Amino acid sequence: MGHGVVRGVTRAPEITLTGSYGLETRPLFASTQMRLEAGQWTCLLGRSGVGKSTILRLILGLPTQGRFIGTVTADDGHPLDGRAGYMAQTDLLLPWLSVRDNVVLGARLRGERPDLDKAHAMIDRVGLGAYHDKKPAALSGGMRQRAALARTLMEDRPLVLLDEPFSALDAGTRADMQDLAAEVLRGKTVLLVTHDPAEACRLGHHIKLLSETGITSWAVPDAPPARDVDDPQTLQAQAALLAYLRGTS
Amino acid sequence: MTRFTYPMLATAFGLLLWQFLVWVTNAPHFILPDPLRVATTAISSRALIAEHALVTATEVLLGLLIGSVLGAVTAIQLAAAPRLARLVLPLLVFTQAVPVFALAPILTLWFGYGMASKIVMAVLIIYFPVTASFYDGLTRVPPALLDLASTMGARKSQVMWRIKIPHALPALASGLKLAAVYAPIGAVIGEWVGASKGLGYLMLLANGRAKIDLMFASLIALALFTVVLHKSVSLLAAKLDGPR
Repeated sequence: MGHGVVRGVTRAPEITLTGSYGLETRPLFASTQMRLEAGQWTCLLGRSGVGKSTILRLILGLPTQGRFIGTVTADDGHPLDGRAGYMAQTDLLLPWLSVRDNVVLGARLRGERPDLDKAHAMIDRVGLGAYHDKKPAALSGGMRQRAALARTLMEDRPLVLLDEPFSALDAGTRADMQDLAAEVLRGKTVLLVTHDPAEACRLGHHIKLLSETGITSWAVPDAPPARDVDDPQTLQAQAALLAYLRGTS
Repeated sequence: MTRFTYPMLATAFGLLLWQFLVWVTNAPHFILPDPLRVATTAISSRALIAEHALVTATEVLLGLLIGSVLGAVTAIQLAAAPRLARLVLPLLVFTQAVPVFALAPILTLWFGYGMASKIVMAVLIIYFPVTASFYDGLTRVPPALLDLASTMGARKSQVMWRIKIPHALPALASGLKLAAVYAPIGAVIGEWVGASKGLGYLMLLANGRAKIDLMFASLIALALFTVVLHKSVSLLAAKLDGPR
């Protein structure tokens, strides 16, 4: 897997994806370039089926259904193997394991001895201090995503790819999780795939819009993320982005 | 109402229906004995029935154990090697087209009149349901979970051990519950074809001597054993399911 090669490289890298991608029957996106700035959040939006999750999978090195012609590189020249963490729309917690055992899953799957003290700290950090020994079934949807976030933090990867991780949560819990994620993932290079203009305008240092013709950038509000939910400029940007997405869909 | 109320009501209903059939058909007791006669025989022949039941129970339990282990190991091997699975699974399905009953004489020829041929019968009859159900569970792990494991740099063996197998345990439990019902069938078929011990043998012997009450008593002993076995395996299976 090559994880040992780059374990020491912990600085958040800048990632550049260049190329085109198509399914057997049709092209998905034309020749394009997308850059994830080092240590910042990039939010990727676009209509369903346009290939947002595909971009995320390409960066993660996961198999996709179509054919990608291009490259995914880091500015430090090291391969991305073992440097990217992943959080999906569903929490992917193993129902037969406690929160603690779920959080140390990565180490166990690599055949390493898990650092339980660190796991303890990560679980506390996401606010699940009272739930170390609980099974996922005993947690609410928001708490389960917190546990998934703790598992992502435990991996301590400089690059983190988030595939709509908050989309299934209720509005209040979602806003809480956005704040928490912005805080605990600070300094990492983050790609957040989302459907939600409000989420992108709150969290993104950069907002990218993906369509069949390629990737375009969208202006973000001046305030640094995570922006307040009632920040006028953020609300304005969110409304403009929504109007644009409605117009193009 | 306790949890035993309905099973007891069902048993009482079955006995009443049986007695009713005896009255209506007015069949002689060597054709259809009434429940009381069968119960009396069961009590008076309890040592004989127990002796043969012990043989059948040993065959069934050994067959169940060996068949389950073989089935589970096969399923894990097939799930770990998809190409092998593509080759072997159609063969396994094909073997199921051969009725196990038809194999019994050959197995008796190969493995003799003792316990071995009956254990092999039980193994053969449960091997496929255990393999198929566990394999199904092993290959139906949500792809997103495997993606996550891949991004974590997981070893294949650890993914199998820590994700696929625990995920497939409920499917294995279903297979084992089926196996608990099938295994006695295998053993009894084996005993019918050629044996000098076991409940199947005793039933044939009683039938041949027109001791239908003993045959019924043996049959009921076999059914009771199967129910207890199924219940025990179900309790074990509930443990496999775990708190989810």
